[in-house]
Amino acid sequence: MKKLWWAVPVVAAGAAAVRRSRSAHRSDERAGDRWLTVTINRPPTDVGSEGKLPPPLDELAERIDVRIRPAPGDRGTELAARFTEPVPAASTSVPARLAGQDPRQELRRALRDAKSLLEAGEVLQPDAPPTTRPTAGGRLVEVFTRRSGGEGVL
Amino acid sequence: MKALCWEGVNKLSVEQVPDPELRNDQDVIVRLIAGTTCGSDLHLIGGYIPAMRAGDVIGHEFVGEVVETGSAVRRHAVGDRVVVCSFVGCGRCWYCANDLWSLCDNSNTNPGIGQALFGYESAGIFGYSHAMGGLRGSHAEYVRVPFADYGAFKVPEGIDDTSALFLSDSVPTGWMGADLGGVKPGDVVAVWGCGAVGQMAARAAVLKGAERVISIDRIPERLAMTERYVGAETIDYTTTDVAAELRERTGGRGPDVCIEAVGMEAHSDGPMHLYDQAKQQLRLQTDRPTAVRQAVHACRKAGTVFVLGVFAGAVDKFPLGAVINKGLTVRGAQMHGQRYIPMLLERMAAGEIRTSHLATHTLPLDRAPTAYDMFKEKTDGCVRAVIRPQP
Ligand SMILES: NC(=O)c1ccc[n+]([C@@H]2O[C@H](COP(=O)([O-])OP(=O)(O)OC[C@H]3O[C@@H](n4cnc5c(N)ncnc54)[C@H](O)[C@@H]3O)[C@@H](O)[C@H]2O)c1
Ligand SMILES: [Zn+2]
Ligand SMILES: [Zn+2]
Repeated sequence: MKKLWWAVPVVAAGAAAVRRSRSAHRSDERAGDRWLTVTINRPPTDVGSEGKLPPPLDELAERIDVRIRPAPGDRGTELAARFTEPVPAASTSVPARLAGQDPRQELRRALRDAKSLLEAGEVLQPDAPPTTRPTAGGRLVEVFTRRSGGEGVL
Repeated sequence: MKALCWEGVNKLSVEQVPDPELRNDQDVIVRLIAGTTCGSDLHLIGGYIPAMRAGDVIGHEFVGEVVETGSAVRRHAVGDRVVVCSFVGCGRCWYCANDLWSLCDNSNTNPGIGQALFGYESAGIFGYSHAMGGLRGSHAEYVRVPFADYGAFKVPEGIDDTSALFLSDSVPTGWMGADLGGVKPGDVVAVWGCGAVGQMAARAAVLKGAERVISIDRIPERLAMTERYVGAETIDYTTTDVAAELRERTGGRGPDVCIEAVGMEAHSDGPMHLYDQAKQQLRLQTDRPTAVRQAVHACRKAGTVFVLGVFAGAVDKFPLGAVINKGLTVRGAQMHGQRYIPMLLERMAAGEIRTSHLATHTLPLDRAPTAYDMFKEKTDGCVRAVIRPQP
């Protein structure tokens, strides 16, 4: 149990997200389908336009709607995206998200990577080769780290 | 190569691990000259920081020599002797551009974990769990340094390895506490903790012109060291009523700025300690905030409390009433090292900041677990144990 406490907020955050999308569902057809947004510390002209998306977001161009607008207060540019086709409710459940079956994970990752490339010129890669060895508690951390790039509050 | 690995709660061992590789064009590989234990590692070793895996290399304060550079590295060359900031910053996101480097948007490869815990993730840090980016730590023969143009600083000839080492983390952390805590000439500043971080916070307050700086701890040799090398007054909290003593020394006002440099494993003799410890063991609270509570109570009306000690989650019995009714500013941060290290190198060269006394012990990498035992138990007067791969 000792190492597990931190897993609680992760699951709780997931559950909260699911609750929110369910209750929103009644009034909003696009529930679970919010715009996922990053703010990029570059002017809008560097970020692109609806017809010309920054990599690697451009690879999803066929399947997403994109919104680009200046951020207030000199904070750069807001880049938002969501799937044109609503994400099926089944793939937004916590088990589906842990299994990596939520398509929004790919979209979040693409947004984050586009931001890193535009700002820093590269996407930071984790160290390799790994130095870890498998343990029961470690496997859980491994699942969370594998999903982490595509999860979160974005 | 050899490296010090976390193998489980309170279990460290020196293992053979694969050498690190350049993974990005802005990386360099550094051959370690020296690293040091840090109070932050104790929280990690004790299992209070989430998301560690068996085999994770720990360590985040180090000096070394650049032995390999990625194709996009501009400011460093093979052979440079560098001190490396413990937090990794890309240098170009909004946070880095605003000198808030430990909040970099692009250096934590596991943002989802930090976002679930805190709402937004922090920057990546070497050897400090997968929640903080999962980067390999520095207690090894070699370490990969991402965004090296921003996080590695060339050490001038006149500064020796051991002195420079503490610029990775403890010196800039302490400086940040005084700087962002708003210390100015004429202030009375109280600092909880006489570890390396607390001592450097007190020294920063002195250099920023504070009228009086009062450091609080219980370990006699650390108190003596703080008087001698930092130039601060001290209070032993086990023999003195801290709040009353601070009132008396501040003309009844209370300190203008209170800096907490103790962290989530704070010690106390009072009954609250048992309560805190029990709740922490049961994970009903993750951290023990003894010194933070005391600082909030002692602080003058409309004063500032700056939390440098690391906390990972939730605390209990936080005196929010004192914050609102006394009009306090409470602030905390992980350290924005890149903002301060160049200036601190100059101050060190000018003799304004001394750190070599912090390195009370030096051990080879093979004996790193012993170094951590000594540091944790504070035996033999240990303040910081320096670990050298090539003794
Ligand atoms: N914010 C940052 O970026 C940053 C960077 C480095 C370290 N830290 C944190 O700073 C803290 C101190 O680090 P360190 O390396 O100096 O650790 P350390 O363990 O060497 O020092 C902590 C000191 O606090 C004293 N202490 C314990 N309980 C106390 C109490 N109730 N009142 C007063 N003093 C008390 C201990 O006796 C000890 O001397 C740790 O929590 C560490 O994680 C933060
Ligand atoms: Zn440290
Ligand atoms: Zn950054």
